[in-house]
Amino acid sequence: MHIGIPSIACGNFASVVNTVARAGGQATLLARPEQVRECSKIIIPGVGAFDHGMRSLHDEGWSQPLHEFATQLKRPVLGICLGMQLMCRSSEEGVLPGLGWIDAQVRRFKFPEGSSLKIPHMGWNTIVVCRDNPLIARTDGEQRFYFVHSYHAVCSQQEDVIATTRYGSDVTAAFQRDNVMGAQFHPEKSHRFGLGLIRKFVELPC
Amino acid sequence: MLKHRVIPCLLLRQGGLVKTKRFRDPVYVGDPINAIRIFNEKEVDELMVLDIEASREGGEPDFELIGQCAGECMMPLCYGGGVRSLEQARQLFALGVEKVCIQSAALSDMKILREIADVFGSQSVLFSLDVRSGLFGRRFAYHAAKRMDDSRQWHELLQAAVSHGAGEIMLNAVDRDGMMKGMDVALIREAAGQLSVPLIAGGGVGSLADIRQAVEAGASAVSAGAFFVFYGPHRAVLITYPRYQELEALLQGVQR
Repeated sequence: MHIGIPSIACGNFASVVNTVARAGGQATLLARPEQVRECSKIIIPGVGAFDHGMRSLHDEGWSQPLHEFATQLKRPVLGICLGMQLMCRSSEEGVLPGLGWIDAQVRRFKFPEGSSLKIPHMGWNTIVVCRDNPLIARTDGEQRFYFVHSYHAVCSQQEDVIATTRYGSDVTAAFQRDNVMGAQFHPEKSHRFGLGLIRKFVELPC
Repeated sequence: MLKHRVIPCLLLRQGGLVKTKRFRDPVYVGDPINAIRIFNEKEVDELMVLDIEASREGGEPDFELIGQCAGECMMPLCYGGGVRSLEQARQLFALGVEKVCIQSAALSDMKILREIADVFGSQSVLFSLDVRSGLFGRRFAYHAAKRMDDSRQWHELLQAAVSHGAGEIMLNAVDRDGMMKGMDVALIREAAGQLSVPLIAGGGVGSLADIRQAVEAGASAVSAGAFFVFYGPHRAVLITYPRYQELEALLQGVQR
């Protein structure tokens, strides 16, 4: 049993695979959708546009096995960046519906006229952990992560939000409901902070 | 709060790292993988690797080496040099590169930026422009691969790049490159004032105070090469990077 990474067309796989290895786990790039159910956990990475991501999930046959994995087998799934957004119901970035595992909508950053805040939100930002959760420890020290995104998930169920970050307003940095988890930042590119998150995911019982 | 980024910029030439002065006289400074390991330990914000000959020679990016670099990086990696197609960008992203930096291909035709942005998002494509100072304070856009000026206005090129989908601008002052004598703060201020996307300012960093000045002038990030690879008046090769606490203290209180 191992961690599978669907090789959808918009992923950045190498760094995720390497980070899982550094965290003591083993991740394999999945060539075919049938392999999903053989995995104990799944990571959905991704950079890119929402519709492009959804289309490659549908066209290449990933949506059905992933849906079964997340909602019936109920094994741990972690979405990273676009991968997290794909888990939501819909996105202002596209017209296609999302996977809908988390009751959330993905919205574009909007700032008042004259704001000096730039889009995308890009760089290192600190997070605030909202509740105990399986992914991010509540520590006293500052935890910082690398973000690159123009859209962010707005959860309908506030209790799904496990961490927020401040950019104009408080935005969802990570969410989790049961076995479904998402990080808007890039743990694979966030030094020991991200490595810590991946390690917790690797060590999750399943 | 979002942090300003401080980005070591490593120049690649025939598989090794070099550092230039005013874009000339490359001096060998070491092995890229070794340098990345050191930068990992130092927890740098982000890393930029630019192949300074890939475009000039009309060649391809060295995908094998870039893949090794990306796999080693525990921080975001931006690669530039010889990227002129969507397909090459796709290969780079699959190798684990976060952003591609484009100059030559975009100066020929800005639509390459749009093609990449449409598929991978604006945040993954960066337009880099080198600006050279001439007589009477005039500034020229400089096409590094051709080693000649571009006839267009530098700020018009920046606007064109943003409207074609570039999510970030890297602006480098050619005359300051490798000199470690301070940045072109006026250039940074003028550019940042008219950009809606983050600006990475480069060229001339010789001290932490230079970094702060650039950030105060509106840069979202500052890149430096010589400052992080040379030590002392004789430019001995030594890879350094300020401690996180130092950067925190340095950049504290700067308005975004």
